[in-house]
Amino acid sequence: MSRMLPFFAFVLLAALLGFGIWWNSAHDPTAVPSPLINKPAPAFALPRLDEPAQTVSKASMLGKPYLVNVFASWCFACGEEHPVLMTEAKNLGVPVIGYDYKDDPNDARTWLAQHGNPYDTVIADPSGRTAIDFGVYGAPETFLIDGKGVIRYKRIGPLTPEVIAQQLEPAIQALQKEMP
Amino acid sequence: MSVAQPSMGSRPTTPSSRRGEGWGEGASLRSLSNLVQRSIHTARRSDMVHSEPCPITPTRSPKGRGSKRLKLIGFIVMLTLALAANLASAQAIDPLPFRDHAEELRFQHLTSELRCLVCQDENLADSNADFARDLRHKVFELMQEGKSDAEIKQYLVDRYSDFVLYDPPVNPRTWLLWFGPLLILVAGGVVVASTIRKRARAGTPAAPTENGDDW
Repeated sequence: MSRMLPFFAFVLLAALLGFGIWWNSAHDPTAVPSPLINKPAPAFALPRLDEPAQTVSKASMLGKPYLVNVFASWCFACGEEHPVLMTEAKNLGVPVIGYDYKDDPNDARTWLAQHGNPYDTVIADPSGRTAIDFGVYGAPETFLIDGKGVIRYKRIGPLTPEVIAQQLEPAIQALQKEMP
Repeated sequence: MSVAQPSMGSRPTTPSSRRGEGWGEGASLRSLSNLVQRSIHTARRSDMVHSEPCPITPTRSPKGRGSKRLKLIGFIVMLTLALAANLASAQAIDPLPFRDHAEELRFQHLTSELRCLVCQDENLADSNADFARDLRHKVFELMQEGKSDAEIKQYLVDRYSDFVLYDPPVNPRTWLLWFGPLLILVAGGVVVASTIRKRARAGTPAAPTENGDDW
């Protein structure tokens, strides 16, 4: 029995290694979990990109669920995500708010004119100060906020057709079931 | 060694006329200048005073390439390089209107305990990332509002989770992290103790001389 001990120890270590490899390929080890899920979204009031005189605030959005998609014209991954939003945004069943993050409004307007605008409304946060309250640390990030202003889902990184089908749409459907 | 070497190698600040002499001087000189660099580094860490790059420029000697002189020149070159590399990689230079030195030290201490979430192996104090600068400004702003260090940390944890802290807090999720090594140590101790006891009871010598146990 004791002669088998090293073998068992080896199997244990190999299993541990295998688990580590599996875990890190199934999870993104650099993703920061958002503590804001199921917490009220921070209060915000940001100007619209196309009409800076008008602001969109948390209070003005209450009542119906909506999606906030953080993007920027300088953000490479947003360019990859953009075509997905162009085809999927209208089918989600909730308004999609574009959140222009730490960007020159002119650059953002040009970018949207060139690539198309999948958003119902675009709000601009050139300083990125409000984004800190949302726990944003990069773009793209996407938040699903329910009618009571509570964050229900967050995606860090680009939305892909798989992510939308497997995570976002079920989350939206769950919200719509709650609605009276 | 590993701390200083890469940044020195990649610095484009080598005075071109000195390069051959400086780099040709071998390992002893290099490690000496590393030592100098590290002590400068430590000094800078403990007392954050931003200064202008030190204007040490080696003077070229007309004749006489004795090995002592060569070493001296090489040393001066390395020292210059070390200083240049250090100043360039110094804590992200970001002038903030501190009230006094104590407040600045507090700020430096606090931001060095917070993680930059973009470049996750750097702390907020050292990172040059744009996002890190935003968070530093936020920390500064919260300090001006009279928030305590704990409140500022909590503010960031509320938004960015425990991940933002370099020291993971002790809670049920991190028990394995904190006490796992101790557990392994205890388990190893139990195995060793039981083996010794077994051998003592059997009366065999500690190291078996000739049996099949050759693992």
